Amino acid sequence: MDISIIGAGVMGLCVATEITARGGKVRLYDREPVIGGHACSWWAGGMLAPHCEGEAAEEPVVRLGLEAANWWDKHAGGVARNGSLVLALGRDGGELKRFARRTDGSRQLDADEIAQLEPDLEHRFNTGLFFASEAHLSPRDALISLSENLQNNGVTIETTLPHPNTKTIDCRGLSASDVLTDLRGVKGEMLILKCPDVTLSRPIRLLHPRIPIYIVPRGNGVFMLGATMIESTDRDRITARSMLELLSAAYALHPAFGEAEILEIGVDARPAFPDNMPRIRKRSPVVYANGLYRHGFLLAPAVARMTADFIFNGTSSELMDEN
Amino acid sequence: MRAFYGIILDTPLMLGTAQYPSPKILADAFKASHASVATVSLRRESGRKQAGQDFWSLIRDLGVHILPNTAGCYTVKEAVTTAHMAREVFNTPWIKLEVIGHTDTLQPDVFALVEAAKILVKDGFEVFPYTTEDLVVAEKLLHAGCEVLMPWGAPIGSGQGLNNLQGLRSLRAYFPDTPLVVDAGIGLPSHAAQAMELGYDAVLLNTAVAKAGDPAQMAQAMALAIEAGQTAATADPMEPRDMATPSTPVIGKAFLT
Repeated sequence: MDISIIGAGVMGLCVATEITARGGKVRLYDREPVIGGHACSWWAGGMLAPHCEGEAAEEPVVRLGLEAANWWDKHAGGVARNGSLVLALGRDGGELKRFARRTDGSRQLDADEIAQLEPDLEHRFNTGLFFASEAHLSPRDALISLSENLQNNGVTIETTLPHPNTKTIDCRGLSASDVLTDLRGVKGEMLILKCPDVTLSRPIRLLHPRIPIYIVPRGNGVFMLGATMIESTDRDRITARSMLELLSAAYALHPAFGEAEILEIGVDARPAFPDNMPRIRKRSPVVYANGLYRHGFLLAPAVARMTADFIFNGTSSELMDEN
Repeated sequence: MRAFYGIILDTPLMLGTAQYPSPKILADAFKASHASVATVSLRRESGRKQAGQDFWSLIRDLGVHILPNTAGCYTVKEAVTTAHMAREVFNTPWIKLEVIGHTDTLQPDVFALVEAAKILVKDGFEVFPYTTEDLVVAEKLLHAGCEVLMPWGAPIGSGQGLNNLQGLRSLRAYFPDTPLVVDAGIGLPSHAAQAMELGYDAVLLNTAVAKAGDPAQMAQAMALAIEAGQTAATADPMEPRDMATPSTPVIGKAFLT
């Protein structure tokens, strides 16, 4: 069975990997021959944190997200299973209580326990939440790894699109809004900082009623700081306000971030459906897998599995809303 | 019923559209709340290219009156520019005028508010000013041409309820013909009911619903409370008394001892 996959972002690469692993033959298409910043997953945080996401997401995000860490470990490697830490500054203590109520799988830490986990945060926070089972990865390393493995299986990224009548899985993300009219963009802005003065071992979420941020360690003193969520399809530039908010929050987490170098500024728009849940849609001869929203690395494995189930066995899944 | 620039609202609830977990949940909350007005912010989503269109069309699909706001504006100029943009995007003269004076409390800058209101009224807008419960500021806003007043209950997003009951009561007594809306600070249905009991014409809230664990359920609770408060206000509530007044007959008992 020959299947064309359009889009070599996290969705397309995961579907290609899943189908190849099951013995299927795929061809992969993208407008660029090399994976990179034209895919919004390139700018992702890479948190595999289903429980934390459950604070605001629908139930399937938590359940399906639990598959992610093992899938990535198996197909790309590089998964760090150090949990996630959720913190709030003194006067935002109520946010922490709410977060604990709205999620499962955490335990409350006191100042000493926080310092044990993250020595650089000693004396900075009196209380926090620890989600021990959660994980994170470096999105770019993971995407490159999937792409290399596919290459070793003879799948390279082609830039001339397949014939329209070919059996196709469309994983174009927001670009597919020409066909999927209920798809919208949610702008995200992020920074990559170099700050050798701070060492962190796990993603930290800093709760704030207006400006919640997270910071994900990438190793070697490099951190990903993200991410804004703005109802806008704009993907051109970061605003001064977003930059100020992100940096102020990092500074509040640890003042040493004031001395950080800004290595990169990332801006893109996430593809999302009205309930912010992914969808698989069959409109013959095309199957669409899209709408990963802010859960690209968390949900792409489950969506890829369900898409492959459909391709191989015709099995419909809970994310399928058109067949 | 007092009219808002000639419009009689079906229900006295104005619901904000920010901070919901998803547009789907936002729509569910609107259905459950029977809100008649949706407030929507343009400042951040707009950019230069109206890149917020996707979200705005979801708001239009709610099928209620749209009240765009100037949330996040700190100066007269920003607020006026945003108001003009809002009129273009939503094709409505309505504008909820918000000029913030203090980043931390999001307290309105009432001086800039009055100035911006004057400009916008001259430009043909129907201004809904977000203000404090200050009587003198309220007078100046009416003098500037505003026909609605929206005093705060408490700081935006704080959920503290009505911090200055007496102030809100004075406004109601002082401006019997002006539509009054408690805007901001509502955290619980009881706060919303209280605002309606004071004889206010509507309540505007957002965070209390959007940040509830179940926004649609909280929206419904707000709708019930608002209806209760409004019904009570028109039922001529009793006057509070200093002494207990038994509601059963006391004849035959030694009540004069």
